[in-house]
Amino acid sequence: MRIPCPYCGERGNEEFLYLGSAVLERPAPDASAEAWVDYVHMRDNPRGPGAEFMQHVQGCRAWLIVRRDTLTHAILSVAPARAARGGGA
Amino acid sequence: MNGAQPMRLAAGGAIDRARPLGFTFDGRAYAGFAGDTLASALLANGVRLMGRSFKYHRPRGPWGAGAEEPNALVELRTGARREPNTRATVIELFDGLVAQSQNRWPSLRFDVMGVNGLFAPIFTAGFYYKTFMWPASFWEKLYEPIIRRAAGLGRAAREPDPDEYDRSHLFCDVLVIGAGPAGLAAALAAARSGARVVLADEDVRPGGRLLAEAHEIDSAPGVLWAERVAGELAGMANVTLLARTTVFGLFDHGAFAALERVADHLPEPAPHQVRQRLWRIQARRAVLAAGAIERPIAFGGNDRPGVMAASAVRAYLHRWAVLPGRRGVVFTASDDGWRTADALLAAGASVEAVVDARPDPPAALMRAAGARGLRVHAGAQVVGTHGHLGLQAVDVRLPSGSSLGIDCDLLAVSGGWNPTVHLASHQGAKPVWDAALAAFVPGRLPEGLAVAGAAAGRFTLAACLADGAEAGRAAASACGHAAAPLVLPRAADEPAAQAAFFHVPGPRGKAFVDFQNDVTVKDVKQAAREGYRSVEHAKRYTTLGMATDQGKTANVVGLAILAEATGRSIEATGTTIFRPPYTPVAMGAIVGHHRGRDFRPARHTPMHDWAAENGASFVEVGPWYRAQWYARPGEKGWRDSVDREAEAVRRAVGVCDVSTLGKIEVVGRDAAAFLDFVYTSMISTLPVGRVRYGLMLREDGLVFDDGTCARMGPERFFITTTTANAGRVMQHLEFCHQVLKPAMDVSFLSVTDRWAQVSIAGPRSRDLVAMLVGPGVDLSTAAFPHMSAAEVEVCGQVPARLFRLSFSGEMAYELGVPADFGDALMRHIMQVGAPLGLVPYGTEALSVLRVEKGHPAGGELNGHTTARDLGLGGMMSRKKDYVGRRLAERPAFTDPARPILVGFKPVDRGQELKSGAHFLDPGAEARIENDQGYMTSVAFSPALGHSIGLGLLARGRERIGQQVRAYDPVRNRDIVVEVCHPVFIDPEGDRTRG
Ligand SMILES: [Zn+2]
Repeated sequence: MRIPCPYCGERGNEEFLYLGSAVLERPAPDASAEAWVDYVHMRDNPRGPGAEFMQHVQGCRAWLIVRRDTLTHAILSVAPARAARGGGA
Repeated sequence: MNGAQPMRLAAGGAIDRARPLGFTFDGRAYAGFAGDTLASALLANGVRLMGRSFKYHRPRGPWGAGAEEPNALVELRTGARREPNTRATVIELFDGLVAQSQNRWPSLRFDVMGVNGLFAPIFTAGFYYKTFMWPASFWEKLYEPIIRRAAGLGRAAREPDPDEYDRSHLFCDVLVIGAGPAGLAAALAAARSGARVVLADEDVRPGGRLLAEAHEIDSAPGVLWAERVAGELAGMANVTLLARTTVFGLFDHGAFAALERVADHLPEPAPHQVRQRLWRIQARRAVLAAGAIERPIAFGGNDRPGVMAASAVRAYLHRWAVLPGRRGVVFTASDDGWRTADALLAAGASVEAVVDARPDPPAALMRAAGARGLRVHAGAQVVGTHGHLGLQAVDVRLPSGSSLGIDCDLLAVSGGWNPTVHLASHQGAKPVWDAALAAFVPGRLPEGLAVAGAAAGRFTLAACLADGAEAGRAAASACGHAAAPLVLPRAADEPAAQAAFFHVPGPRGKAFVDFQNDVTVKDVKQAAREGYRSVEHAKRYTTLGMATDQGKTANVVGLAILAEATGRSIEATGTTIFRPPYTPVAMGAIVGHHRGRDFRPARHTPMHDWAAENGASFVEVGPWYRAQWYARPGEKGWRDSVDREAEAVRRAVGVCDVSTLGKIEVVGRDAAAFLDFVYTSMISTLPVGRVRYGLMLREDGLVFDDGTCARMGPERFFITTTTANAGRVMQHLEFCHQVLKPAMDVSFLSVTDRWAQVSIAGPRSRDLVAMLVGPGVDLSTAAFPHMSAAEVEVCGQVPARLFRLSFSGEMAYELGVPADFGDALMRHIMQVGAPLGLVPYGTEALSVLRVEKGHPAGGELNGHTTARDLGLGGMMSRKKDYVGRRLAERPAFTDPARPILVGFKPVDRGQELKSGAHFLDPGAEARIENDQGYMTSVAFSPALGHSIGLGLLARGRERIGQQVRAYDPVRNRDIVVEVCHPVFIDPEGDRTRG
């Protein structure tokens, strides 16, 4: 699989660490236990496009949000997670 | 020479008659020529019996002449290099080659299992499933031994593989798979555009079918054209030619796997030469020009040695100048098969008859045959064969229904061509049935892949050349390399029809579909009758196509018979999926260099060599090698060394290499706030020059890692992690920053390899450190108390970091210097420390000291424990948010009945504790409901003189002073232990702070 890193260009997937579905919003510290359990443990397993966290560990070390079609493995988009969350690049 | 090779033609072939090669097969010596395969050399010597079949032990000879070979499997080489199930048709002959037939006993010519087909009834369709249904005792005692003896293939070597394997990468614009006419044209068209081209072919020479046929290109032998094109390609800087290289898999996004047989054609690899190389080829575009494989026809006795693919007969005649038989019969369902008759006649053999299953073969073929005096039986079929260990005659059923026997020693069979579509299907797209072509052709193609030539169902030579040239040009153009279309050479373009004719009804004897797995027409029909209508089910039930050849000759015939037996069309029946690898790949090639000590990289600390010189035994901790203890002369076992080291630390001073601890520099305006977020305790209140023990949780509330956090400046921290978690902590910090706290100004730098670090522990540690850092540093407890950090210099010249912190419970320091100074530092410390009684200590003594102090480590930080479980609940700040805080509060994690960290002593102090033992109340039955926790770490305490342990015990703190059982059924132990406080030595901590 080839993943186009926004900083390093197209690289083989063996350079990346895979974390799982990209759930962006961490609940508030005082949110309900259910909200926290959902955040930590519950993940959709879509057949088709989905967003996932990957880190370019053997490259720039950026955490990325990779939109990927689980059916075809097509990479639909790759964006730095920090920028997506409104932080500096 | 020909006298010794009775079936070798006097002239012709791509063999070097000036280079005779000697080899043995089943212990008998033969001679062949350079350029031969083992199969062609054996056939030249008149040997056509090469093996016994898998289930029925039937005599077998080569069916084909290439990679698809199902029958002629042999054990190649001897000893550690012995390789089973190698195809004689692709083994390049070398001088001194040793091969053995396999799956026969006692000999190939006389095989007990084959004599009476004694066990044949066991092996019908679904035999695996049916036999597994029998009582287990029958299976183990009766059937399995019989089947193991009777069925099977070759034997693997018993010794470790002595060869080296390599893995390598290639990147290109256009990968062309196959160097036949289509592939050569594609590569040439692409290469002339300037695109980076890789051309890979499994054969040693380029040419593909041109090597096997009498085709002409531009009125000259086609082989010459192939050589000329290959020569031009070889001279181009933008082209990589990979001969002896099978592209065996297509993966996501244009990644291909290929196996290059670097030294398989040699008796053994040259020194430092790899045997095989696994290529990963990343191609922007690819052209699959893998050609086609001729399919068999299933009829009675179609497996007898001497029954061969018609295309293979032509290959042996033309490429290897070998006569596969003197009296031939051709049985065909295609126009192409007729060529074989001409080829045999040209080689001086007789052709007894051409039997065409089609009622009305093309008139032109009939006329030409008539002109040559050939006897033709149209609309006729071969129904059976005769001969003991090889073909002697065939039975032909004529259209009238009458039967005709024909004496012959060779039957060339042409069931038509199957395009080699495998790679086009590796991404899951199934091939589609082309009724006009009577063959499967590639269906929906993976992005970036084009199929050209016979692999796409274009069977004439002119079409292959044109198709390849256009595919190559288009692929290069898609990569931005425009090129003029290739001027095509002249070549034959007469269409060759083939019929969808797969098996002969009413066969006499077993009619094989899958030669290698001994699957017959009857088996496929039986599977259909028993309800296995799906092609995937029928495949597994009959084992059709599941042998090492993966059904390259069998699959299409098998599913055609299944289609007929279930009353469906071939389209409606469909095919099974093709998966990588296309041909077998040695595990060694996939593993490459990653075996034995090279399985993964080894990391050595800067003091490694010093430790090795000083008697260290090393233990692997993750990728690191850490000194476990330092043996001294006269010590009888590891315990002697460890006890001595631990005692020396408690009595005087010891030094331990702790360079493997993960070390991360955390810098930035928000560094303190960020560390507040990842540690359970408050870091932002830590003054510069002070150190705090830190605990990180996972977001699910369980403990992730622990270490120390030193504030080196207002916006600069130096944190340590456990050796095992260093990489994961770094990733975690980066995640927390980039995803959870993206607005924070903080950066991380892993400096694990930059610092060599030692722990100096014991009552005399201050004296030693003073000698190292000089009188300018005030080490008094008032000036530099426990949990302090400072930047100092060692020997007045080496910048260093000094921390006062303790893992052992003694007064202790950690001293870090730039990694390049690590070795010199250790030697210097040993020198100046000698008068103080300094000893180096390893990870075992370190562990003894920490168990004595009740510090949680690997056994306790096991991913199942909370901070409270470890007695560290007090470190969980209530004043701030941090990772893991919310779920650490869930009821299950705050249940007071949870097992909690306490210490254990054997009631009988002479007994030894073992970690892993489970705790039970005295008198309670050993059942899971009564489980009270388990022992996590143990050590022999030299300070106390007996075994001690740490463990997690339900309501442990309330049970201090009580007794429980430490029950260990795995090691058959059951002893009574006393529950105690987890800190065995100096619970008040006076020694640490003193
Ligand atoms: Zn990157």
